[in-house]
Amino acid sequence: MKQEEVPQDGNGLTGGKFSQLFYAVNKEGAYVQVSSVGWEPENVAMAQAWDEIHQKTAATRQAVLAGKLSPIAYYMEKNLMTVEILAGYVGKFQWQVKRHLKPSVFKQLSDHLLQRYAATFKISVAELKQFSPTTL
Amino acid sequence: MINHSTFQHAQSAHCESGVVSNLFRHHGMQISEPMAFGIGAGIFFGHLPFVKVNGVPGTTYRTFPGAIFNKASKRLGVTVRSESFRSPEKAMQALDEKLAQGTPVGLLSSVYYLPYFPPAYRFHFNAHNLVVYGKKDGNYLVSDPIMDVATEIDPESLVAARFAKGFPEPKGKMYYPVAMPDQVKWEKPIQQGIEQACHYMLKIPVPLFGVKGMRFLAKRIQKYPHAVGDRKAGLFLGNVIRMQEEIGTGGAGFRFMYAAFLQEAAQQLNKPVLSTLGTELTAVGDLWRNFAFQAGRVCKSRAGDETSYKDLGDMMVQCAAAEEVLFRRLAQVKF
Repeated sequence: MKQEEVPQDGNGLTGGKFSQLFYAVNKEGAYVQVSSVGWEPENVAMAQAWDEIHQKTAATRQAVLAGKLSPIAYYMEKNLMTVEILAGYVGKFQWQVKRHLKPSVFKQLSDHLLQRYAATFKISVAELKQFSPTTL
Repeated sequence: MINHSTFQHAQSAHCESGVVSNLFRHHGMQISEPMAFGIGAGIFFGHLPFVKVNGVPGTTYRTFPGAIFNKASKRLGVTVRSESFRSPEKAMQALDEKLAQGTPVGLLSSVYYLPYFPPAYRFHFNAHNLVVYGKKDGNYLVSDPIMDVATEIDPESLVAARFAKGFPEPKGKMYYPVAMPDQVKWEKPIQQGIEQACHYMLKIPVPLFGVKGMRFLAKRIQKYPHAVGDRKAGLFLGNVIRMQEEIGTGGAGFRFMYAAFLQEAAQQLNKPVLSTLGTELTAVGDLWRNFAFQAGRVCKSRAGDETSYKDLGDMMVQCAAAEEVLFRRLAQVKF
C-alpha cells in the first residue's frame, strides 16, 4: 500500500474522528506510519456486525415479552455478553445461567442472585424484574 | 526516580507490539513497533471453525495474546516481572505502588470498559494491552497504543477493565521490565524472530495454521453460501475482514507491519535481501487488501451468489501461494 493510497473513509460508527495507524510505503519505497480514519470494507463489516447484534437484541426482547425467555436473556444480549461471560460475572456455571434464561426458573430466583445479575447489567433489581413493552 | 511526565506516548497500530515499543523505549531501548512485532514473531495465520465467537468461526492474523511481549523480552534480554491478582483491591494497590515508584506498567484489559474508545469498538475483547504511567486528580494516566494521544481513565472503569470476565480473564495482570540489557545486540533476536515466523507460516503440522490455514479457509469461504445460507455467509466473511483490517493490524492483517520490520532489519543488519523480501511482502499485503475490498462489496450487496464467494476463495488461495513463496525464501536467508 502506498502512502497516498491509505484510505480515509470515515463513518458514523466511530464519529469519523478516531484514527488508527497504518504502515504504508512512501515514494522512495520506505515504510512510514500513516493515520487513517477508516476504510469502507472494514466499515461495512463493522456495521454488519452491529446490525446483527441489534436484530438479535430486538428478537430477544420480543421473546421476553412473549414469555418465552427471562429478562436476563435480553440484558445479556444488550450488554453484548454470552452465557460464558455472564456466568463469569455472576459466579455461576454456564448450565445454571442457561436455566435462568427460562421464565419459570427466573421467577424463583432469590433476590440475592437477582442482585448479582442486576449489578452486572448496571440496573436495579426492580428494573430486571419488571420487564414491560416500554423497556428498552 | 522517574517522573511520570517523562513517559513518551507514541501511537502504534497494534496494542501488544505498541506496548513493547513504548515500555522498552521508556527504559532506554530504542525499538520501533515493527521491530518489536518482528522479533516477537507476531505474524501468523489461523482459522479455527470450531472456536466460535457469537456463532462466528474465528480467524486470526497474529499469534496468541502475550506471545509477542514474552518472545520479544526473552530474545532481547529484558527481564520482565508479571503479576496477576485475585482481588481488585490488591491489584489497584500494587499498581499504585509501582506508579509511586515512577514505573510505568503494562496492563491487560477488556476493551469493553475503556471509555475513551468509540462505542462501536467496544466489544468484550479481553486481551487488550495498555500502559498506565501515572495518576492525576484521582484518574489514571493511560498511554493506550491504539490512541493517537495519551488519555485518562477513572479508577472504576480501570478496575472493570482489569477484572473483566469471559475468555481470557485478564485477572488484573500487570507487567513491567525490571532489568534491561547493557547493550542491545539485534542480530540474534531478529534471526530468531524470523525463524519462528517461518515455522508458523510453513511448518505447523496442522492444516488450520499458516499458509495451509489460508487454503483451508479459502475452501470454506467458497462453501459458505451453500453451507450456512446468505445471511450467515455475509457475517462469517465480515468477521474475516474485521480480523484483517479492524483495529490494530496496521493494514492487510499485519502484513505491512511485518514488511516494515523486514525493511528495518535489512538496515540494522546490512542485509539488503531482507529489504527485497519486505517489498515483496508489501505486494502480498496488497493482494490481501484486494481480497478485503472485494469481500466488503460482497458483504454490502448481501447477495450471496456462489460465484462471488468462489472468486473470494480463489483470491485467498493466491494470497496463500504468494506467502508460501515469500516465507520459503525468508527461511533460506543466511545470517
